[in-house]
Amino acid sequence: MESRTVQYPGDASGTVSNAEGGGPWGGGGSGGDDDGGLGPRNPWSQPPRKRPSLRKPGQAPAALDELLRRGRSRLGGRMPNGLESRALFGWALLAIVAIWIAFTSIWRIDPQERGVVTQLGRYSRILTPGMRVTLPAPFESVTKVVVEQTNTVDIGSTSADSQNLMLTGDQNIVDLAYSVRWKIRDPELYLFELADPEDTIREVAESAMREEVGRVSLNDAIGSQRGEIADRVQARMQELLNSYRAGVQVLGIAIKQADPPAAVNDAFKEVSAAQQTAETYINQARAYSQQLGAKASGEAQAFDKVYEQYRLAPEVTRRRMYYETMEDVLSKVDKTIVEAPGVTPYLALPEVRRRAAPAEEAQP
Amino acid sequence: MSLVERVLRQPIAWGVALAVILILAVSTLAIVPETKQAVIVRLGQPVAIVNGYKPSQDFGRTGAGLIARLPFVDRIVWVDKRVLDFDMQRQEVLSTDQLRLVVDAFARFRVVDPLRMVLTAGSERRVTEALQPILGSALRNELGKRPFATLLSPERGQVMDNIQKGLNRVAAQYGVEIVDVRIKRADLPAGTPLESAYQRMRTARQQEALTIRAQGLKQAQLIRADADAEASRIYSESFNKDPDFYDFYRAMQSYRHTFGIDGTTAEGSATIILSPSNDYLREFRGGK
Repeated sequence: MESRTVQYPGDASGTVSNAEGGGPWGGGGSGGDDDGGLGPRNPWSQPPRKRPSLRKPGQAPAALDELLRRGRSRLGGRMPNGLESRALFGWALLAIVAIWIAFTSIWRIDPQERGVVTQLGRYSRILTPGMRVTLPAPFESVTKVVVEQTNTVDIGSTSADSQNLMLTGDQNIVDLAYSVRWKIRDPELYLFELADPEDTIREVAESAMREEVGRVSLNDAIGSQRGEIADRVQARMQELLNSYRAGVQVLGIAIKQADPPAAVNDAFKEVSAAQQTAETYINQARAYSQQLGAKASGEAQAFDKVYEQYRLAPEVTRRRMYYETMEDVLSKVDKTIVEAPGVTPYLALPEVRRRAAPAEEAQP
Repeated sequence: MSLVERVLRQPIAWGVALAVILILAVSTLAIVPETKQAVIVRLGQPVAIVNGYKPSQDFGRTGAGLIARLPFVDRIVWVDKRVLDFDMQRQEVLSTDQLRLVVDAFARFRVVDPLRMVLTAGSERRVTEALQPILGSALRNELGKRPFATLLSPERGQVMDNIQKGLNRVAAQYGVEIVDVRIKRADLPAGTPLESAYQRMRTARQQEALTIRAQGLKQAQLIRADADAEASRIYSESFNKDPDFYDFYRAMQSYRHTFGIDGTTAEGSATIILSPSNDYLREFRGGK
């Protein structure tokens, strides 16, 4: 601290500022001249002394000078108050050690974390959540691992411009996007077994998915069996990761997209259009069927009702119906009755029609 | 406090002593972490392996920890203990049925004999470099012996096992064990093969669409036929009770309909010429 302050100005600038109006540096120089002569020679106080003519006496503040002198004596280490500073040094050392211990042996483990403790490199134990104490740094070290958090790896994307194509069992191609949810089950295995666990999970997922998709047909992959595929991939991944002792638990596979590739999408749309058409045909037939059924049962019921009455008095009912019908029919039409037998009547059909036409016109 | 005082009195001497102790400590003691195996080489001669790999050994019971060695004489060569992996470059493989496939594979391995590994390869990276082309050729050989469809069947596992076995024979020379070989992707190469696959998919879909339409028509026809049959059944069940009356009843209905009395058809006009002998005009003649 002291040395820096003194080193700063250099002799030339100190001199100039002094000449121009007595700055604090110039004052320092003058103080050094007065008292410094008695103490050990300090090279820093020499420059002003070389040119005493430039100094204006009475302008030097004594406080800074005092500070400088005290600093000088401390550096020399031969003064009685040196012992005090040694104590200070000891305390500082102690404080540093204390802070060191505090920072490297007291651990706050959050609820979702576990702390893996290694003792001089060797795995020792797992710290559960809470405030935990270990030996300080070189002896024990703690690596915190987040175990409760669900991690997600996305493979393929649902956006239109990127495709993740896979071959299905019937040698078709499907565009698949899915995500894997996983979490760390055994922190120590996770840390020590695999060189690159996340990359491993991704590769295992991709491999397992392709293997499973390669076993099903395209229709199954894009349709009904998505759930089963996801389950099987999960089981397969878990099996593989366990065989690596990865310490990872696969929580689930979500198939976000399983579509035919964009290049053949039109053909697939045609299929769904055909399905719609077929559905339309069937609906129309069903409508016809309902209509016909209703008509048939209506007519049959009407007949049944009439027949019931008819059975009670067959002859009368029959005649009544006959006359009623004839009445209705004949009252609406033109009638010509040819009475005389043996006479061949002349019937002019055009005449009849002409007569009928005005009658009909008059009707409505 | 007296120690501090002594230290402060001869700072240089103490400092030097401390430095010497530190250097000695650092060059004697070494911490072997769980993830590493250490081969101790004494004057160029490997003498010991610390924390070597043993199958399914629990952490905490391994050889990891603090070890001591002769300073300046022993050198420690570190070897990774974890499962490492390497990818194979994507490459085209030709199957027996002359179909091209682009295959991506990866292998996972572990150094099980660090001493041999250090002697033969020197570092994990060199092992990878040595094994990579071998994986490629093993894959090509194995897949070249099989039809394309094999890759898309449960037999795929068998293929992988064969490749792993082949690779393991070579890997053993480097003190390395292949944990797993897996095909990551097996795709049709872009261009003609992919295009023709697409074409096949398209025609298959078109065929499916036609089939679906035809099936729809067929079903519709069946439904109509069923409806007709059902209507017929209902009619006959009812009308068959008295065919004679039905004949009469239906004739009456028919007359009404034909002459437009029931309001359904009123088209055209009609003229009826009756003979007096008509049954309807029976009474017209004044009795018998």
